[in-house]
Amino acid sequence: MATWIQDIVNPAKRGWEEFYRNRWQYDKTVRSTHGNNCTGGCSWMVYVKDGIITWELQAIDYPLLNASLPPYEPRGCQRGISASWYVYSPVRIKYPYLRSSLMDAWKAARASHSDPVDAWESIVTNEELHKKIKWSRGKGGFRRFDWDTAAEIIASAHIYVIKKYGPDRNMAFSVIPAMSQISYASGARYHQLIGGVSLSFYDYYTDLPPSSPEIWGEQTDVGESADWYMAGYVVILGATPNRTRTPDCHFVSELRHGGAKLVVMAPDYSEVTKYADLWVPVKTGSDGAFWMAVNHVILKEFYIDRQVPYFVEYQKAYTDLPLLVKFITGKNGLEQGRLLKACDLAEYDDGDNPEWKFAEWDAKANKARITYGGMGFRYPKNHENHGKWNTLNKDGKTGEAFDPELSVYDIKDDTVECNFYELDTGEVYKRHVPVKYVETKTQGRIPVTTLFDLQLAHCGVGRPGLAGDYAKNYDDDKAFSPAWQEKYTGIGRDTIIQVGREWAANAEVTKGRSMIIVGASINHWYHADLIYRAFTGALMLCGCIGRNGGGMNHYVGQEKLAAFDSWGMIAHAVDWVAPPRFQNTPSYWYIHTQQWKYDGAIADYCKVPDADALDYKHTADFNVRAVRTGALPWYPQFNQNNFALYDEAVRAGAKNDAEVVDYVAKGINDGKVNFAIDDPDAPENWPRNLFIWRANALGSSARGQEYFFKFLLGTHNNVGADEVAQPHLKEIKFRQSPLGKLDFLVDLNMRMNTTPTYCDMVLPTAHWYEKEDINTTDLHSYIHPMGAAIAPSWEAKSDWNAFKFISEKFSEIAKKHFPKPMKEIMAFPLMHDSPGEIAQPCLDDKVEDWKVDGGTFVPGKSGPNLKVVTRDYANIDKMWRSLGPGMQKHYGQHGVNIDGGPLYDEWINRKHTVTEEWGGKKYISLAEARYVADIIMNFSGVCNGEVVYRQWKEEEHHTGLHGAQFAEAKETVREILGREEADKIPLHSTDGIHDGLADELGGPNRNVRMTYHDILAQPRRTLTSPVWTGDSRSGRSYSAYTIQIDYRVPWRTLTGRQHYYMDHPMFLQFGEGLMTHKYKLDPNKMNEIDKSDRTDAIVCNYITPHGKWAIHSTHYDNLRMLTLSRGGNVLWLNDGDSESAGIKDNDWVEAYNDNGIFVCRAIVSARIPTGVAFAYHSMERTVNVPKTQQRNIIRSGFHNSLTRQRLKPPLMAGGYGQFSYCFNGWGPIPIIRDTTVLVRKLKNQEVSW
Amino acid sequence: MDVRAQLSMSFSLDKCIGCHTCSVSCKNVWTTRQGAEYMWWNNVETKPGCGYPLAWEDQDRYKGGWELTSSGSLRLKLLKGPGKLRTLANIFFQPNLPTIDDYYEPFTFDYDNLFNAPAGDDQPTARPKSLLTGEFMDKIVLGPNWDDDFGGSPLYATNDPNLKGLSDSQKLCLTQFHKLFYFYFPRICNHCGNPGCVASCPSGAIYKRGEDGIVLIDQDTCRAWRFCVSACPYKKPYFNWNNGKSEKCIFCYPRLETGQANACAHACTGRIRYVGVILYDADRIEETAKQPDDRLVEAMRDLILDPNDPAVIAGARANGLEDNWILAAQESPQYNLFKKWRIALPHHPEFRTVPMNYYIPPLSPILHQAKGDQGGTYDPENMEFFTDVELMRIPTKFLANILSAGNESVVIEALKKQMAVRMYIRQQRVGDLGDAKVQSALREVGLSEQDAVDINRLLALATFNERFVIPETHRESKTTVDPRTMYEKRGSVGFGVKKKEFLGRSW
Repeated sequence: MATWIQDIVNPAKRGWEEFYRNRWQYDKTVRSTHGNNCTGGCSWMVYVKDGIITWELQAIDYPLLNASLPPYEPRGCQRGISASWYVYSPVRIKYPYLRSSLMDAWKAARASHSDPVDAWESIVTNEELHKKIKWSRGKGGFRRFDWDTAAEIIASAHIYVIKKYGPDRNMAFSVIPAMSQISYASGARYHQLIGGVSLSFYDYYTDLPPSSPEIWGEQTDVGESADWYMAGYVVILGATPNRTRTPDCHFVSELRHGGAKLVVMAPDYSEVTKYADLWVPVKTGSDGAFWMAVNHVILKEFYIDRQVPYFVEYQKAYTDLPLLVKFITGKNGLEQGRLLKACDLAEYDDGDNPEWKFAEWDAKANKARITYGGMGFRYPKNHENHGKWNTLNKDGKTGEAFDPELSVYDIKDDTVECNFYELDTGEVYKRHVPVKYVETKTQGRIPVTTLFDLQLAHCGVGRPGLAGDYAKNYDDDKAFSPAWQEKYTGIGRDTIIQVGREWAANAEVTKGRSMIIVGASINHWYHADLIYRAFTGALMLCGCIGRNGGGMNHYVGQEKLAAFDSWGMIAHAVDWVAPPRFQNTPSYWYIHTQQWKYDGAIADYCKVPDADALDYKHTADFNVRAVRTGALPWYPQFNQNNFALYDEAVRAGAKNDAEVVDYVAKGINDGKVNFAIDDPDAPENWPRNLFIWRANALGSSARGQEYFFKFLLGTHNNVGADEVAQPHLKEIKFRQSPLGKLDFLVDLNMRMNTTPTYCDMVLPTAHWYEKEDINTTDLHSYIHPMGAAIAPSWEAKSDWNAFKFISEKFSEIAKKHFPKPMKEIMAFPLMHDSPGEIAQPCLDDKVEDWKVDGGTFVPGKSGPNLKVVTRDYANIDKMWRSLGPGMQKHYGQHGVNIDGGPLYDEWINRKHTVTEEWGGKKYISLAEARYVADIIMNFSGVCNGEVVYRQWKEEEHHTGLHGAQFAEAKETVREILGREEADKIPLHSTDGIHDGLADELGGPNRNVRMTYHDILAQPRRTLTSPVWTGDSRSGRSYSAYTIQIDYRVPWRTLTGRQHYYMDHPMFLQFGEGLMTHKYKLDPNKMNEIDKSDRTDAIVCNYITPHGKWAIHSTHYDNLRMLTLSRGGNVLWLNDGDSESAGIKDNDWVEAYNDNGIFVCRAIVSARIPTGVAFAYHSMERTVNVPKTQQRNIIRSGFHNSLTRQRLKPPLMAGGYGQFSYCFNGWGPIPIIRDTTVLVRKLKNQEVSW
Repeated sequence: MDVRAQLSMSFSLDKCIGCHTCSVSCKNVWTTRQGAEYMWWNNVETKPGCGYPLAWEDQDRYKGGWELTSSGSLRLKLLKGPGKLRTLANIFFQPNLPTIDDYYEPFTFDYDNLFNAPAGDDQPTARPKSLLTGEFMDKIVLGPNWDDDFGGSPLYATNDPNLKGLSDSQKLCLTQFHKLFYFYFPRICNHCGNPGCVASCPSGAIYKRGEDGIVLIDQDTCRAWRFCVSACPYKKPYFNWNNGKSEKCIFCYPRLETGQANACAHACTGRIRYVGVILYDADRIEETAKQPDDRLVEAMRDLILDPNDPAVIAGARANGLEDNWILAAQESPQYNLFKKWRIALPHHPEFRTVPMNYYIPPLSPILHQAKGDQGGTYDPENMEFFTDVELMRIPTKFLANILSAGNESVVIEALKKQMAVRMYIRQQRVGDLGDAKVQSALREVGLSEQDAVDINRLLALATFNERFVIPETHRESKTTVDPRTMYEKRGSVGFGVKKKEFLGRSW
């Protein structure tokens, strides 16, 4: 039978086999990666044959962490491996394009104006012409033109705006730097040098989990995916690693083989559910209720019925639960109040930041003691208070170690009745809590309790002797019992009890190896931070944070730019001018696309204990206050030009920069200088120019896209809603909405997708395989390169070279308009990791607002900082390409700063360093991207061992963790973790003697240096650095906060500890002091389905999770992905729902609401829960999109057309510990998940194009 | 005994992500050409679902593979009549061929319109366009992965041919939200021991390579009769409409010959694939293919030879296997997965082509109580820490219909072994299950502690070189090179075909 087996060795017979062998041939391979917003950070080999990029395959040479973990290879997914399609594809932008309406206008204007800035002015001041140009946006008519003219127009538009309105109307949008850091830096550096504004992205993408800064004072830090294998119990919620962490997903399957149990919480049978041991089909948006009830079980069974020593000791050492809290009197009686502080206690009120130090109960001494770690110790004024910024429980005054009480139940003086709220139902529970009495300076003898006691009562877990409305047992439907959560989640109480017990029991045995993996699907709910705080509570209660195999692993967006310490200096041009202008984009587009006008009164949709107690009725007013109190940034800063304001001050007699600042501060105080946000629709306060690169600003990014089109662009749109805000406004000035605020939009892009389709100018950029860059991610701990396999094709320029070119043209034109350096006034908020974070203690239990309180505007204290800076516009190009003098001073991140001078000298003196000489000085050159890569690596602690050693020395100084105190900290950790676990911590010193953090953590790597050429050869693992939180020495998998746990380094929070409690008046007003539950927003109160026709339509909660065939929108238009999916935009619907609406699989449907319309095909599936429509993020409205049948009968929109963003006011708190501004790290996130849509079959299935 | 070496691949369905990186990897390297647009030598399917081409597993429709005649001999199913004669009579008409409607009309989009649309009154769009006709398409109606992720489940999942024999309550998995499941199934050519394609080819263009078992269609000899398309029950040969040849997965022989993993396997970011050498007895192929359904899996395992048996080694040497091949066979992940540990299974052995790739069946979540049906709450059907295989939601019958010709016991064995290893490893790493419980779980499935450690090593921890144990081919003695010309060949290798390309050869 086996006659077909042929043992032929005959070239004549089998010579044809050369056919396929010759296809498998290539001239070279080059290591590169992909620069889209992806956490993959995958290393790829790109194959070049005959000068043509043919395909790519994953690199498989990641250094192994250690043999007990699955290796990383191969990293790379279906999207990544289709990237080579783009290089020569028909969607590739090969040349510069300008829309014909603008090109005609420009040619005419240039013919009559010799100066290009004058020419530009003639266009934008011609109202009728400009309106026409705006209306032509998105409607075809592109013409090829050239880079020279492009740069001339861009520079002219920028210079015109600088002269006419001020530089802070020039906006720059590029996203998530980490995956192509130098490409991001190119335009950010240019814009910061000209005084423009960088728009944020991580918060704007709703990637920022506000709970992370709330709890840890950290934007985000998470474990690398290899650490998943270390877990013993894993719950995945709101995440589908198959789709969004494809190259890491193998660790999900492997962790099960490693013995862990996997629970998946998902409202649909999502892809990752295939790996689960248990699928928990929670209803959409109800995860918080599930976890509140789990916390009830954990508290009851592991803290009250039985005590787990590890859990208790963990709370005492690392969380705020033992801290003492006061009560306030609300309208229903006593309620949770503010933390007890040193300024309350005569003994500790020493004048050295006493508002920023916090108390625990020492039973032995029978008194409240101030403990180490409070933020007041981070910025000590007196010498004796240095070295106390750590989490050791030592008396803040005497340094005496003490053992704080977690609960005062056993030693209580009394019990008091306190109110606890179930905000969704309006239920108020009166529950007694145990208290101690303390003598305070201002309020006399008052009751205090621990946060632990308060938390127990809040969760409804009773104890004998405590009266009140506690849950009697798990079946008692009271907040927040297992029975209570059923009505929200649809999950039985038995499941809660099982998961709670298994979760905690596993953590007990493993000392915290229970893990959460969470993704965007949770973070996009309005009350995302509450949901996060609920499950993070379960992690903290079981000692899982900061443990390998444990922790809160939030993977959303590519936030981990490992070498931020040096990169930030170059990217934001801080080497030349500080500080940069950073704008939080959620606030910005909420206001400037007029979406705020469609929101009603805040308390109508966001439940609070007492609506009357809120300071404002509308979200926009909270934002106005946030800007003037220094909580959030706003650009333009003022309703006038910052150069003119400086000149005005000088004319008024200001003799130096300090006097200019005083002049402006006085003007603000007197109401003569006004913040632009007070009157955002006044023409002088609009954004004017928007430069987009590495981003899909008008596509995947534009939540509420139709509002962007109508108000920002001034073009066609399908908005159908009515404005409702006006009656609720108090602060913000109301005007009729302008149409088309932007003068000019440019997109530097590789592909013709939604954003360039709507821009005035489109420029061709290099493909990822055509440029040089570096890439890091949170999912692994390597740094690796983007390498250029071929030169940029056609007329494309790499981002770096594009902005080099533009900066040269800018300087050339600026020489005439700004021949000399000029000064302007800069305003910026109270910043996290600066003394600004201890500016506003809010001792009166309300937000400090100088304008309302009758106070004074004091820059950097009661409101934003002010500073005079110099702009040398004629030399922008030279500054852009030279590493400036700021790099020779102190630089760093997160308050860890070292002297760059010696490093600068060493680098510039190397024989092969390229330099720039101008103005009589010599600088390190940044002219080429590969130089920049080397400089970033040389100056960063994650790549240069000497730098990281010095950073650790600095951190040692801040924390006092050296010498005896270091040994003391190590000993306490040994007691908390136990000998066996403590022995797993890598030990550098073999003799057991360590001087401190620097020798232990920085010492082993001191002689490591990495260069760009090194990483071209092979990815390298980054070093353990104090600007991050995980220890990765000796092949240890990176897990966030292991350094905090292992060495008692403080978190950068108010108390230095992890926070269950949000001790700020805004959080207390909103009923969000403790972790709690607020359900989804009521669709009938959101002003988005009021005007839409409901005929034949089903009503669905609209969910937009990340898709399988794109990374955000990148690859969505790639023919490979379109072929493997359904070839265009689709909406997933439940089979029963579809049947009721007569919709069959692949039918054309229209989904719509008052925000817009989206026509696409339906995918009907039983795996989608009823009442829910899934539109996978992110599509493009350019591919296979027909016209609508209703409203304006124009081209249909896409998934973002149905959304309108909403902001949450407590996230606008500022000047208070971790609630202080940080670019991409603090501020509101724009919510679109609480959205409702109508879906119906397209009439007669007729599509028109 | 005729000892043969076969390069073979296994897929852990338990680990498969469903990402299709494998498919794109293959497409980039091999089928990015006119005429090959719709060829997916590697594809991935959602099960339950209809696969690609549509419902390919339904041999009542497609007549692929072999059947046992009443006299007990093997016959290609497509030969309904009396053997060869009928083939020749039907040489221009094959009623069982899949048509383009069973695949899909390959498409692109009018991207140029986004650049070139004149200034107008609405936004331009890139309409879908057929790659066959160049005409606009109003609606794309099918693709190579159309029912991905349970999409269109009322149409596709419910028509999965493998649902045959499931009870009504098991079939609820297709419609009841709280009972449903799906998983992914990647497929390449099985490089069968008893290939239907080879047997059916009127031109004799298809052969199985002696040195490694890779089945190839000779592109010089192929005359596009397309019998291979019909005869292959897996529908892995495709007709190239541009050059008039049929093409199929070549197991990346140019890569394997040089010790590199297949493009699909290399790219598998789920780390689900294993490639290695197995030795088998070619004399017993026919006998194996003739076994009754419930014996087929065991017979296929019997076919595989022990690479450490001196007699086998001697036989291998006699057949010209070099030392590096014998060593690779001894270190083969394939031997362990399929034969030693018995956790991998063949794909549709009832097609009787003796497929040479294997699949580890997937575990799945515990079922939920039906309370949810009545609008109540969901709870799992049992509160044990780890789920019993019997309570998992994928019916073992469904897996057996795919992987063992309906023999559920070998499927249950493979699933239970995976669970026992998980328990053992948990006890080692966490220690909260209890030694007694874990030992009894291992005993029940006949695994030693060392087996458990080794299985965990391969399924979870293995590095690239442990997953892919691929010996280089000795070109000086194998395949197309005349061994006497190696010295000259070194200086001219690669020149030939490129020159032909310039002379206008049309592939």
